[in-house]
Amino acid sequence: MAKAKPRVKVPKTAAKGEVLEIKTLITHKMESGQRKDKKTGDKIPRKIINKFVCAFNGKEVFSADWHPAISANPFMSFYTTATESGTFEFTWTDDDGSVYTKTAELTVK
Amino acid sequence: MNESKRSRDVSRRQALIVVGAGGLAAAGLTLLPRAASADAAAVDAAIKDLIGGKTPQAGRITLELPQIAENGNTVPISVEVDSPMTEQDYCKAVHLFADKNPLPDVASINFTPVCGKAKASTRMRLAKTQNVVAVAEMSDGSVYTAKAEVKVTIGGCGG
Repeated sequence: MAKAKPRVKVPKTAAKGEVLEIKTLITHKMESGQRKDKKTGDKIPRKIINKFVCAFNGKEVFSADWHPAISANPFMSFYTTATESGTFEFTWTDDDGSVYTKTAELTVK
Repeated sequence: MNESKRSRDVSRRQALIVVGAGGLAAAGLTLLPRAASADAAAVDAAIKDLIGGKTPQAGRITLELPQIAENGNTVPISVEVDSPMTEQDYCKAVHLFADKNPLPDVASINFTPVCGKAKASTRMRLAKTQNVVAVAEMSDGSVYTAKAEVKVTIGGCGG
């Protein structure tokens, strides 16, 4: 399968105390385990991203557990308060154990 | 007293067995397209698993969903919980369920006070026209719930 490609949209700068919207997207088929192979009739095994975590300077701010009912190329948007400059780290964990990560810098003025 | 408690336990166990058997039957039927679906009882059981014996109250949740979803493969959903999001009083988590999907669980979203706003959006799959249920857990232990119906033109779970 093609490698999952994460994308995030985080403002580069923010005022202290400002509530920011963060948007994330990752390319992934999110195979639900419900579909059948049309030729053989066998079930296609489940392979989804089951956990998404966003941490800021090493501290978890937001996380989500996903089930097969999340669409392919899962999108997630949420909010966070700008307290200090630092790095956001986004982590997606696959059923097969692979972990996809992406980081983004934020400067607080 | 004891006797009545025991009989209540038994009936609860039986109810669980019924739900479990229903789940197994549903799992067995997945080979038939669209035969498998969770139902309202399974959603209630899933909610109970997550929040225990608390009774959810209505209100404080805004669920944004399309009334009609043309494509059940990707239905935008946005959920917002009315909460001050301070260290003392914040929304801990929102759980999303779909009552007629093959599996009722959709997602669990965990907030922290740093979020500033208990709002999140994602995209979900819906197999057919059904209710989407959101359950919010607050830091003080209270639980809120909201429900919205989505009409689905083309189902999104393969088949």
